[in-house]
Amino acid sequence: MIKLTVNGKSYELDLPSDMPVLWVIRDRLGLTGTKYGCGVAQCGACTVHMDGEAIRSCVTPVSRAAGKSIVTIEGLEPSLSKPLQEAWTEIDVPQCGYCQSGQIMAAAILIRDQPQPTDNDIDNAMAGNICRCCTYLRIRQAIHLASRLKSSNAMLSAI
Amino acid sequence: MEGLNSIGRRQFIRNTTLAAGGLIIPFKITPRNKTKAGAPELFFRPNAYLRVGSDDTVTIVLSHCEMGQGIWTSLSMLIAEELDADWKSVKAEHAPAAVEFYHTIYATQRTGGSTSLLSEFDRYRKAGATARQLLVQAAANRYKADVKNCRTENGQVIVGENRIRYGELVEEAMRLPVPGEVKLKEPADWKLIGKKVKRLDTPDKINGKAIFGIDVQFPGLLTAMVARAPIPGAKVKSYDASATKSVAGVRQVVQVPSGIAVLADDFWAAKKGRDKLKVEWVPGDGEKIDSDNLLAELKQRADKGGIVNNTSGDPDAALKRAAKIVEVEYYQPFLAHAPMEPVNCTVRLSKDKCEIWTGTQTQTDDQRAASEITGLPIENVFINTVFLGGSFGRRNITRSDFVREGVEVAKASGKLVKTVWTREDDIQGGMYRPAFLHRFKVGLDANGEPVAWKQVSVGQSVMTGGPFEKVAVINGVDMFSIEGMHNAPFVKGIKDQRIELNTPVWPVTVDNWRAVGLSHTIFAMESLTDELAHAAGKDPVEYRRMLYKQEPRLLNVLNIAAEKSGWGKQLPKGQGMGVTVFEAVQSYVALITELSVTKEKGVRVEKVTCAIDCGLPINPDGIVAQTEGSIAFGLSAALYSEITFKKGRVQQKNFYNYPMLRMNEMPDIEVHVVQSTEKPGGVGESSVGQIMSSLTNAIFAATGKRIRSLPVIHHSTSLI
Repeated sequence: MIKLTVNGKSYELDLPSDMPVLWVIRDRLGLTGTKYGCGVAQCGACTVHMDGEAIRSCVTPVSRAAGKSIVTIEGLEPSLSKPLQEAWTEIDVPQCGYCQSGQIMAAAILIRDQPQPTDNDIDNAMAGNICRCCTYLRIRQAIHLASRLKSSNAMLSAI
Repeated sequence: MEGLNSIGRRQFIRNTTLAAGGLIIPFKITPRNKTKAGAPELFFRPNAYLRVGSDDTVTIVLSHCEMGQGIWTSLSMLIAEELDADWKSVKAEHAPAAVEFYHTIYATQRTGGSTSLLSEFDRYRKAGATARQLLVQAAANRYKADVKNCRTENGQVIVGENRIRYGELVEEAMRLPVPGEVKLKEPADWKLIGKKVKRLDTPDKINGKAIFGIDVQFPGLLTAMVARAPIPGAKVKSYDASATKSVAGVRQVVQVPSGIAVLADDFWAAKKGRDKLKVEWVPGDGEKIDSDNLLAELKQRADKGGIVNNTSGDPDAALKRAAKIVEVEYYQPFLAHAPMEPVNCTVRLSKDKCEIWTGTQTQTDDQRAASEITGLPIENVFINTVFLGGSFGRRNITRSDFVREGVEVAKASGKLVKTVWTREDDIQGGMYRPAFLHRFKVGLDANGEPVAWKQVSVGQSVMTGGPFEKVAVINGVDMFSIEGMHNAPFVKGIKDQRIELNTPVWPVTVDNWRAVGLSHTIFAMESLTDELAHAAGKDPVEYRRMLYKQEPRLLNVLNIAAEKSGWGKQLPKGQGMGVTVFEAVQSYVALITELSVTKEKGVRVEKVTCAIDCGLPINPDGIVAQTEGSIAFGLSAALYSEITFKKGRVQQKNFYNYPMLRMNEMPDIEVHVVQSTEKPGGVGESSVGQIMSSLTNAIFAATGKRIRSLPVIHHSTSLI
């Protein structure tokens, strides 16, 4: 039995220890917002957070997630999901949309750690996430906008 | 000019319409088109394409599929425009598979060829106008008013002082007879068409809720993975599944025509089970395919020539008289589509029906395939189209390969099952853009104008064996193999010319890849045009102005792109600009690429300036998004992509050896959309080919080195 927390909910699951976190959350927990793209940590479609860091869930065996806290697109905290979703909507980023959960989960860590990322910061943080529709220019714009929204939201809540 | 075959996509569309036998698509509802759970109790459905609920929601039923290209929004706009709907109340959903949703040109339910708006521009507007007219009539009846004194706005009918929401009129409107003819709005009265409208599918695509094929779930659903032929055309000799069956979660192993299917509780168990499967294959002819010999074979075939597509005058004599001769050839490799979501198909098969959930562009072909396999009548095959996680042609396969396989797995196993492909399956699984060689010998007169033209093109046919073979393959020539070449505006005017096509028949499966023929023909034509300009001693933009002097739409986009990009400006050493202008899918596109070539960074594309005239722009921001995407998609292929074979085995597996353009390589892209009033052209495929030659023409400007074979990455060491 493996114990883990996903989006704040605790689970105790009977799983093969080599099963990647991606398939635990998709096939066992039914959370399909996290996507399979390559299975070898090359495309970033499966990005989730484990104890606050972005991981490639397709190559992370569930044994490594034991006792840890996983956050998926469905459970991203509002201080990050709100500005990101607002920005993604404003810029109209997605095309097919398949990679966008992973893009947003990667961007969430970036704007959490770097409140005002430069283009270069964005390149470094996002180069691991492939978008075959090539919405990269809009992702970049949306990250800039989300970081502005996030800091103004933070200012508002501080008042 | 004597053109045996001078058809282009326009003619293809006409031929296809004729071949459909004047089929009239009924403008009516299908009883089985049930509403989804949670829908309002009452709804008004004057035709198959929309419903107005008593809760005021307007649901647009889309005959085309959403794969990123934006029809979820742009087709909905057409109905909402004529209906005067409140855009905030508009929702969209994929249509079931039914005759009402047949493409107005292809006469099967199909999304492809960048024709969705062209196909629906009249039908969807008419659907909206019909609904509006009935709602107005219902309101007029209620207030005993003349319809002439009623108007509509934002989901309401206004009769004198009264404003009645559409939802309130549903019950009355349902009872009225549907009018035969309706009047459409004048363009001056459009409120949505031509405006920047936000995508309706964005909210669900950024919170994890959007359902793609791979996300379909049911209690008890098994996941299947198929061990397929490692070499094109190989057949199963024997297999041993004993180790597979010992994997926890594996439920069943069955043989299907495409290979051996392992069914398991989840993806991971299916994959582990398949990894342990031992299959012995009979390789067949596919083993002879080897990329080491491929180019040589294409060249040999070019030496031999092929079927003459068109010939006129005496090109050999004209070449002798020419002031200059340019003799060149261009090679492009096999390419895989690699959509982010690998293909998959969920099937529930029972005695009397076959239900399918998948992201597909070809619902009618899929129905026919499932009917053929199961023996069920076509109308008992139900296709539930879900979002497509990209496609680029992979889900527009002429033989419905992944749906066919999904149905075979369900039939052989008797289970409710989702057959999924891994990324490796996708990249190694065939359905490639064919490799092509285009060879030219062109004579120029003293002014630099082409006056003699000899061409031999060599490559596999995409359309042979598919549903469009009859209209697309004429006298042995697949028009998509030489798309945009024989019918290029300046080629048509050359008196002395001969164009031949040699079509090898190899076991490698080839199919539609974004822009189809144009994905390789534009690179050849526009690289050649650049070489002709240099041979003529003319500036590449000036030279094209001369070639296209009778083509106002091409000339216009060329001039816009040249002006906006600052064409002709002085650039430092190692930097250059390259141009391409070409018509694709009834849109006119000029691209100018600006790049640098350095030892440290290699080829670095800095900026692409695009001017596009795609006819009437329905949703301008959608056009910009698609153009940005198709430029980068073509750029990714031109820089990096190649599928190669070693003794029949595909050597690429995943993104680590079939790389994609990433964020840090993305150039700045500036798109200028021409305000046209012409019929809507295609956008999704309109710029994929142009970027390839615009790129290599810019590399030539920067380095003096002419790249005649793709991908560019193979030439990186020779450029600096």
